[in-house]
Amino acid sequence: MSAKANILAKLKNSLAGTTPIRDEFDESLVTQPWSYPADQRIARLRQLMEAVHGETHLTSLAEWPALLERLLGERGIDRLLVAPSTPHGQQFSAHCQQAGSPLTLKAYDRPIEEWKAELFDATPASLTGTLGGIAATGSLILWPTREEPRLMSLVPPLHIALLKASQVYDNFYEVQQKMQWSAGMPTNALLVSGPSKTADIEQVLAYGAHGPKDLIVLILEDA
Amino acid sequence: MNSHTLIPTVQLHGDFKQRARGALGDAQLRQNFRSAMDSLMAKRASAFSDADERERLRALGNQIRARALSKLPELLERLEQNLTRNGVHVHWAETVDEANAIVLEIARAHEARQVIKGKSMVSEEMEMNHFLAERGIECLESDMGEYIVQLDNEKPSHIIMPAIHKNAGQVASLFHDKLGVEYTKDVDQLIQIGRRTLRRKFFEADIGVSGVNFAVAETGTLLLVENEGNGRMSTTVPAVHIAVTGIEKVVENLRDTVPLLSLLTRSALGQPITTYVNMISGPRKADELDGPQEVHLVLLDNGRSQAFADSELRQTLNCIRCGACMNHCPVYTRIGGHAYGEVYPGPIGKIITPHLVGLDKVPDHPSASSLCGACGEVCPVKIPIPSILRRLREENVKAPNDPHQVMRGQGSKYSPRERLAWKAWRTLYTTPALYRLFSFFATRLGGLTPSKLGPWTEHHVAPIPAKRSLHELARQHLEGK
Repeated sequence: MSAKANILAKLKNSLAGTTPIRDEFDESLVTQPWSYPADQRIARLRQLMEAVHGETHLTSLAEWPALLERLLGERGIDRLLVAPSTPHGQQFSAHCQQAGSPLTLKAYDRPIEEWKAELFDATPASLTGTLGGIAATGSLILWPTREEPRLMSLVPPLHIALLKASQVYDNFYEVQQKMQWSAGMPTNALLVSGPSKTADIEQVLAYGAHGPKDLIVLILEDA
Repeated sequence: MNSHTLIPTVQLHGDFKQRARGALGDAQLRQNFRSAMDSLMAKRASAFSDADERERLRALGNQIRARALSKLPELLERLEQNLTRNGVHVHWAETVDEANAIVLEIARAHEARQVIKGKSMVSEEMEMNHFLAERGIECLESDMGEYIVQLDNEKPSHIIMPAIHKNAGQVASLFHDKLGVEYTKDVDQLIQIGRRTLRRKFFEADIGVSGVNFAVAETGTLLLVENEGNGRMSTTVPAVHIAVTGIEKVVENLRDTVPLLSLLTRSALGQPITTYVNMISGPRKADELDGPQEVHLVLLDNGRSQAFADSELRQTLNCIRCGACMNHCPVYTRIGGHAYGEVYPGPIGKIITPHLVGLDKVPDHPSASSLCGACGEVCPVKIPIPSILRRLREENVKAPNDPHQVMRGQGSKYSPRERLAWKAWRTLYTTPALYRLFSFFATRLGGLTPSKLGPWTEHHVAPIPAKRSLHELARQHLEGK
């Protein structure tokens, strides 16, 4: 018999004559303590994000490109990985052209195997969109795509994420329900709650473990 | 790396009592654990500031895990179907040898030389690093704590904080000696040294290995939590990702992960959530530009089906590996993780290890507890660890001819003399005439009590019976009225 057959036979034998426990999932336990008035969601998300060294800026759909250009300039960053085919990628590249920005914009437009060394060694920052945020835990929701692949938000030392203020949800349960995650998950779905960190040495918190050392969240208000 | 360098340098020989005695005498070790456990307890307490919310969530967590176990075979099959549909290869292993053979076969198929590992306790059960190293495949840990203990040829001393037994000075010396870097006790600099070293390894590795926190049957999703980003690196950069996990890690629905995730990160570290929650549902698709081309899941039994067979012991498998039980354990805090001599230390280790290695291999584990109850009280999925410990004490002394075979290695502490002594005790205490006779002589002849009474008198003076029994005194008192 195969390992699978043996394991399943043992488990089934142990359950013989029993009935499965009923599903008594009480959703109020994962929603009620984690619900916020609309005007407090952003504030909570920012507070939690900043508590773990995530930098947040409240800006608008029109003004974020200029803000981003300034933030990158202040850090002395001259190259940015950005997806040119996304609306935000187009908006930022148009801004850079207009403003005569010296920034070099790079695209993640070929399989990782073809430019791994460049991504690891010569890509200081990246810009990606998000599917939204979660107020309860101060998290960003990312479903990496062909335009903005998985490593784009992981390998560059600085990750800048765009978050629409209208897409901040109360809690993870609400996100799963409203976006119908159980109907089909992507190859990779992520919650990101701050820059990478570790407390593995003497419980002393240190940022920039293996992922981004810095995370900047630009929160875009509609007006 | 040669296999001989993989032998832990900490004292892992001798039995549990010898190792515990050694650990108790190590002032530095005790200080490191004491301060770490105090801090972890405080963090957990502040993360669960509302006791009512906490208790209701624990009840839900328990219900979700119990429900998953109550239909485990069905959920495992559904998990396999959905993962297979998503393009993930699912493997089953009854033993660690089978699991290692599966990993090796995948590695050989890809002519892999280097494996980078995210944190996985199941791979520790398998001793995968050692196994692969002996076959010429370097297997490097990438979690900072795991990397530190691997560099020092040690094993993790805590399931969440593997290097918690070391202080910054010890890590500084280690990095200086092994990596040739300048000595620094600055934790930020130490972490940056680790980051630089391991970034190259992520870049070069042929295979990434990870554990799994929750395997979701409904969607065929592997959920991993972490703070460092090494888990995402290990599961995204190399061309092949192999996840290894125990058969009990499956949950029925995606929504079940919401309360479990909250319970896990708050119980473990006092965090509302970890930096990354990484949900993997398949390999790279044709139109995607990164991620592994192949994803494998190895489902390991290794004694879990034995625990599963008994409805009381089955609760052991509720565990979501948060480590809160060890953080709150007065024994663990004093002796540290290495004294247990096994992969899983502390209270959860004491109840899971007997199923993995046989109760006779860890005969002292069930009794290395004061039964204070803290572990059961903090467990986010309400495993009644103290009562399971008592149960294991019973299994430990079961007679060889007992027809009820519950676990491998049961009855290794059975002693006919002890059994007889307890039978005599029972008779004495359930037969009033006999009891009166006994207490009459015990009080009159108390002076004859031997001064050595086995282990008791190693640390205590021998008890001397009072001149009159309580019965006698009470009778005298009532007659005097």
